[in-house]
Amino acid sequence: MPDDAPTDVVSPSPGDPVGRALVELARHHAGRVIGLLASRFGDLDLAEDAVAQGLADAARTWPERGVPDSPPAWLMTVAKRNAIDLLRRADAERRRLERAAPDVLERGQPGDAGGRHMIHDHTPDPDGPTSDELDDGQLRLMLLCCHPALDRDTQVALTLRLVGGLTTTEVAHALLVAEPTMAQRIVRAKRKIRDAAIPMSIPADPGERLDAVLTVLYLVFNEGYLRHSDGPAIRAELTASARRLAVELAEIVPEHAETHGLVALTSFLEARRSTRLDGAGDLVLLEDQDRSAWDLETIGVGNAALHRAMELRQPGRFQVEATIAALHANARTAAETDWPMIASLYGQLVAMTGSPVVALNEAVALAMADGPDAGLRRLAGLEGLDDYHLRWSAEAELLLRSGRSHQAVVAFDRALGVVTSDTERRHLERRRAIAASG
Amino acid sequence: MTEYMILAYSDEDRAGPEPGTPEFAEYMGGWMAYNQMLIDGGHWISGASLAPTGTATTVTVGVGTAATISDGPYAETKEQLGGYYLVRAADLDEAIELAKRLPITDGAFEVRPVAFRPDA
Repeated sequence: MPDDAPTDVVSPSPGDPVGRALVELARHHAGRVIGLLASRFGDLDLAEDAVAQGLADAARTWPERGVPDSPPAWLMTVAKRNAIDLLRRADAERRRLERAAPDVLERGQPGDAGGRHMIHDHTPDPDGPTSDELDDGQLRLMLLCCHPALDRDTQVALTLRLVGGLTTTEVAHALLVAEPTMAQRIVRAKRKIRDAAIPMSIPADPGERLDAVLTVLYLVFNEGYLRHSDGPAIRAELTASARRLAVELAEIVPEHAETHGLVALTSFLEARRSTRLDGAGDLVLLEDQDRSAWDLETIGVGNAALHRAMELRQPGRFQVEATIAALHANARTAAETDWPMIASLYGQLVAMTGSPVVALNEAVALAMADGPDAGLRRLAGLEGLDDYHLRWSAEAELLLRSGRSHQAVVAFDRALGVVTSDTERRHLERRRAIAASG
Repeated sequence: MTEYMILAYSDEDRAGPEPGTPEFAEYMGGWMAYNQMLIDGGHWISGASLAPTGTATTVTVGVGTAATISDGPYAETKEQLGGYYLVRAADLDEAIELAKRLPITDGAFEVRPVAFRPDA
């Protein structure tokens, strides 16, 4: 299957420059070339097959001949040639079929009137692609993968597969879905794109569509950031893919403030990722994290992106979240954190999203700003979070802080009753023991 | 160009304007304008408004069993299939735009590509 041809190129041995270049090609450039070819040929499957073959060609020839000067231009040339070969072969097959069984062709198949034959009136220009063209391809592909006619899970899977350059196996792993299920989901999505003629267009006002792309990238990031059950490699792959795609998108649509907001948010979170878990894989609270280990360069990227977003004066939820993350990331000690500002920002975010989880964060911030009772008052008004362990652990921590350890134990028990992650369960058990002994 | 069927679902029990009133004329005008827009834009293939589901009869067949006839629509839903349009559109985005412009303020439109149409 060409679909997963690049599987063997994705785990280079350390210190192998060709291997790294191949991974870079699959992750960074393949999506752009797929997007560009798919919009030129009007055929996503063709573009994907042609690029998969190109990646396999690279894996075969680069170790001997070396990495070409411009990998994306090389991939574009090779993939375009592959696409034309595939079209010629399909044409030859069609002619053979026409001779042998003309009745089969007469009925026609949905979608076959378009794409495959557009080559004759849409001959690609012989010059290499400009970076603008590649960016355009990338944007079209992102918008297509996150088209509202595809459900959210499908959007996430397609974005990782087509734009992020992960193989179907890797996408299945990363999203905790059985591989055949994921393969089927991707095949079904591509069939819908083809048969329902979902276009690779850029709408005149792409704002809403870009928001969908950002939501998908944020989901991918969180999937890698919040999950503790898998190896660090796959999690890092998800957070890195999401953040990289956000950065690339920000370069393509520099006037879209929320995209910069997402770049900032994911940068701030990424900067302190290595300090979130201790040696045993247990969660370390923000206030206990080793701030000297936070990645200052990535925090700098976040600050610059947030600054850029603010200049554009288009408020949005990612910018508010990024501002909150910035206040944490730029506080040299936990005590220096500007909690009143964070509480007020969470209040804004509640107004924007109506999310009870955000209201829970607001309660915690209020407690940090004005004492545990302020937080407990906010928690008392929360609805719809009874099955969410963090709601109960927050209450337990605030009760503990205000000296009501018996009530805290009861709240920890409620949290333990609904928690699912083993890491978080261990953390809750430790905290409950402290409350019980107090 | 792809052909799409737009299936229009809405609550058939919600009272519309009385025939003969100016409101009714305005309501019908909306439909006429919509149809004309489809024709002028080269989208029109066909369309029909259906009588209410109270008039529906469902015929169910199965291998080895006799056909059964029952009173009522195939699916009892909060909103009912009230009519359809068969349109020609450049792509799904255009078909969705056409669906959005239907003169129905409260309902749902299912947009599906036509796989095969013997009279096409």
